[in-house]
Amino acid sequence: MLEPINVSMASLNVATLAPMLIAIIGALAILVIDLAKEGLHKSFYVMVALLFLLLDLGTLVEFGGVFLKNGTVLGFFDVMLMDGIAILSQIIIVAGSMLFIPLALTSKRFHEYNYPEYFALFLFMIAGFQFMVATDNLILVFVGLETASLALYTLIALHNRSKSFEAAVKYFTMGALAAGFYAFGSMVLYAISGSVEINQIATVLAEDHYSNIGFVLVGVVFMIAAFGFKLSMVPFHTWTPDVYEGSSAALAGYMSIVPKIAAFVVAMRLFEFLVHSGVVWLQVILYIGVVITMTASNIWALVQTDVKRMLAYSSISHAGFVMAAILIGTTQANSGLFLYWALFSFTNLGAFTMLWVNRQKNLLPGQSSDHPYEKFSGMIKTMPMAALMMALFMLSLAGIPPFGLFWGKMYMIGSAVSAGYTVLALIMALNSAIAGYYYLKLIIFMFMKEPMVGYEKYYLMNASLSLKTIIGIAAVGTIFAVFAVNPLLEVITRFVYNSGY
Amino acid sequence: MLDHILSILIFFPALAAMLGFVVAKDSIRAYGITVAAIEFVLSLWLWYAYDPMSSGMQFMESAPLIPAFGINYLLGIDGISLFIVILSTFFTLIGIASLTETRRVKDMIITLLFLEMTMVGVFAALDAIVFYVFWELSLVPMLYIIGAWGGPLRIYASVKFFLYTFTGSLVMLVGMLFMAYFYYQATGMWSFSILEWYRLILPENFQLWLFAAFFLGFAIKVPMFPFHTWLPYAHGQAPTIGSVILAAILLKMGTYAFVRFSLPLFPDASVFFMFPIAAIAIIMIIYTAMVAYAQEDIKQVVAYSSVSHMGVIILGTFALNVEGVSGSVFLMLAHGVVSGALFLLVGVIYDRRHTKLMSEFGGLASVMPRYATIFGIMMMASVGLPLTINFVGEFLSLLGFYKQSHTYTLIAGTAIIVGAIYMLAAYKKMFFGNVTNEENKKLKDVNKTELIGLVPLVILAIWLGVYPKPVLEPINNSVESVIQLMHDKAQSSEAKARIPNLSDAGAMKLHQEAH
Repeated sequence: MLEPINVSMASLNVATLAPMLIAIIGALAILVIDLAKEGLHKSFYVMVALLFLLLDLGTLVEFGGVFLKNGTVLGFFDVMLMDGIAILSQIIIVAGSMLFIPLALTSKRFHEYNYPEYFALFLFMIAGFQFMVATDNLILVFVGLETASLALYTLIALHNRSKSFEAAVKYFTMGALAAGFYAFGSMVLYAISGSVEINQIATVLAEDHYSNIGFVLVGVVFMIAAFGFKLSMVPFHTWTPDVYEGSSAALAGYMSIVPKIAAFVVAMRLFEFLVHSGVVWLQVILYIGVVITMTASNIWALVQTDVKRMLAYSSISHAGFVMAAILIGTTQANSGLFLYWALFSFTNLGAFTMLWVNRQKNLLPGQSSDHPYEKFSGMIKTMPMAALMMALFMLSLAGIPPFGLFWGKMYMIGSAVSAGYTVLALIMALNSAIAGYYYLKLIIFMFMKEPMVGYEKYYLMNASLSLKTIIGIAAVGTIFAVFAVNPLLEVITRFVYNSGY
Repeated sequence: MLDHILSILIFFPALAAMLGFVVAKDSIRAYGITVAAIEFVLSLWLWYAYDPMSSGMQFMESAPLIPAFGINYLLGIDGISLFIVILSTFFTLIGIASLTETRRVKDMIITLLFLEMTMVGVFAALDAIVFYVFWELSLVPMLYIIGAWGGPLRIYASVKFFLYTFTGSLVMLVGMLFMAYFYYQATGMWSFSILEWYRLILPENFQLWLFAAFFLGFAIKVPMFPFHTWLPYAHGQAPTIGSVILAAILLKMGTYAFVRFSLPLFPDASVFFMFPIAAIAIIMIIYTAMVAYAQEDIKQVVAYSSVSHMGVIILGTFALNVEGVSGSVFLMLAHGVVSGALFLLVGVIYDRRHTKLMSEFGGLASVMPRYATIFGIMMMASVGLPLTINFVGEFLSLLGFYKQSHTYTLIAGTAIIVGAIYMLAAYKKMFFGNVTNEENKKLKDVNKTELIGLVPLVILAIWLGVYPKPVLEPINNSVESVIQLMHDKAQSSEAKARIPNLSDAGAMKLHQEAH
């Protein structure tokens, strides 16, 4: 008979689960409330979700304080890992979600928000992402990834349009493939190292000096493919524009921010030690991947006729830009990644929300997509305030100073420069110039063309106070980013540096 | 208040532009003029309070912006930037006062006020990133002015303008980041302060690369051959006010940046590239003069002549001695006054006839005598007649380069004289002969609104041509300290020889002040 294992509660450190548990309890609470009383208005669920997220954020801030004082907190036999980047990324995830969820309060009725399940799934998804970043155990990463992804597929499909179903199925199929790749890659890494924890894998590989380099190659290639899908790196990006187009604009904006930061953190944990191990081919693969992702998606974005698809390609390009941080691998670059993503969250969410407020129920006459460029013609004459807001987000995305994203771009290029990646720095700069064109195109439509007759009624159809508030927050965050950069940078650098990245 | 005068100068127009959204449409013009006039008076006060004997930075302001990355809000002006700041406020005032645009005036004036902020900001910034912020931001209002009020090809022209400049500036940004990184390596501190960069002595091969990165950004802005192709489109399509501001101020950002960044930061590279750049400048002068001669559109003639004269500015800048650089800084002001005035004059006739083709005109001197007189004076100033403003600058620039190379100067000098041909030919086509076109017979002469803009420019063009000292002296003092700094920093023996040492020549005092 086996000896009973004595585990003290203290060694489990249950507290490390608190942030995720809050999200899960919130989801369950919503389901239970629905059982008790049906037919509650969506505003109720939005606010309940918001409150739980606020609690979640509160515990994360608490963890942040603990981290700065005592360093990394481990829990559950070292499966849970609350280090600096876990806390930072969770804060971005939860804060991004808090900005997203009020977008449900549209003035038009949309199918999905009538289901309380939507909000429950949303909270489950957040818990999934949080698990993903708060561990270096490949299995828990996988569980978190799948929880979040399955919830997200459902959220897309709930939009209840034929394109949404197409998007959900496409995303699901691609996601399943990526999950397969991930499982296979983890299996190979486990086979050569005997561990599923990334730091153990790193230690074992370093101890025998990468003698199994062939297997490492196989494992890492599968991992890159898996993360390629999740981060929509070219050539694994093909699902992205279609899925963004099929989802509601709000959800598309969300997808361009939150799932990606989670994937970035895992990629950082996994690839960082490989980059630093001096395995040259990995650097080459990553280098090529980064450059192609930035450049190719920029060129595709140039030829789009629909603003949402353009933004989809643009967010692929931004992801490629940020992926450079993982290639560069210095503390400055990794801090740059978080800074960039924090600033990008505001701007990109603002841009997608501007599409969301201009969403009409049915397609425009003579148009085949929801947000063709023509729809925004002459907006400065009909809706000056909305046009200015949209232009602001576009200028920020293009990296025009002093708006938010410029500072992220500058810091990222600066980190490439100081790590000796001169050519990469130039490629990043020139890609920003290419990207300038397609953002400019929307500004040209809004400011320099004549309004389309009869389109006025389609503008701001979906606007409501809460949507406008979100746009206002995004705009303030974008304009005054310059004052936030220094405190952000100091905090982020401390967190990243103390986590050993 | 003088402690923060530069911040006030930068942000007052922007704040006024914000409030301008509230002002009613029919009062916006008066509002715009009022704001621009206050701003202009403030800038004159700046001149009054400026100490012309001191060569260093004055009215310095500093506040931490992103100290973790060495970015500070750092402002200050010296003799080089002082007058360009005044020129910016002056032209914004003149531009708004003589605005004949009737479509959506409110948007136009608010945009112009924002543009004024970015212009003053560029010339007052002493931190590379703050400089870059205003430099890039100035593209946006100009894009809107060309794209929304321009001619039939306005969208193409505005996008070309934006993308060209944007691409060049991004390469420059990489250069700036390198500069900051080298500073970090040398001192262990991040810094984007230009004054601190001045103290950094870089190995020559680094200088060459960084010079090239900065050069791309500046050369596109100037615009230097072969990057000049965006300018004729921009001028051709832009409304009058857009062309005026573009020619008078925005192009000066490039030449000013050469003096502020390239020369003192990379003295060895400046000497290394001196002759290639002089060759480009001479090609610019000759080639664009020839193109100007072939134009049928008077605005294009003025546009190409403006590029041609920018070539002289570049030549003077890369003479790398006090005469040349002071001359080129003075010529920046002169070029601003003259080409700004010429674009205003073209606007006057365009408003009346809605065409800019010279073949449509002829004999205007008898119909519009006052107009012909002003145009004549400005044209003479443009070809560099002695006792006009351009002459001083061109003469000094050429004199400066003469000390470096006789041959180059001779070619450039001849080219400038030949350049007079196209201006005189254009003037003849438009103003002399008989009035052939019926429509021209009833044309009205310049009216009061237009005179308000033109007369001050005429006075300036002659006054500073006859007596340039009040402006030239502060410029000279500051340029001397730049040249001395370059000489002290230069490493190669050729650079030491090419850049004069002023401290022997009784300029000891200036030298001490510079350090």
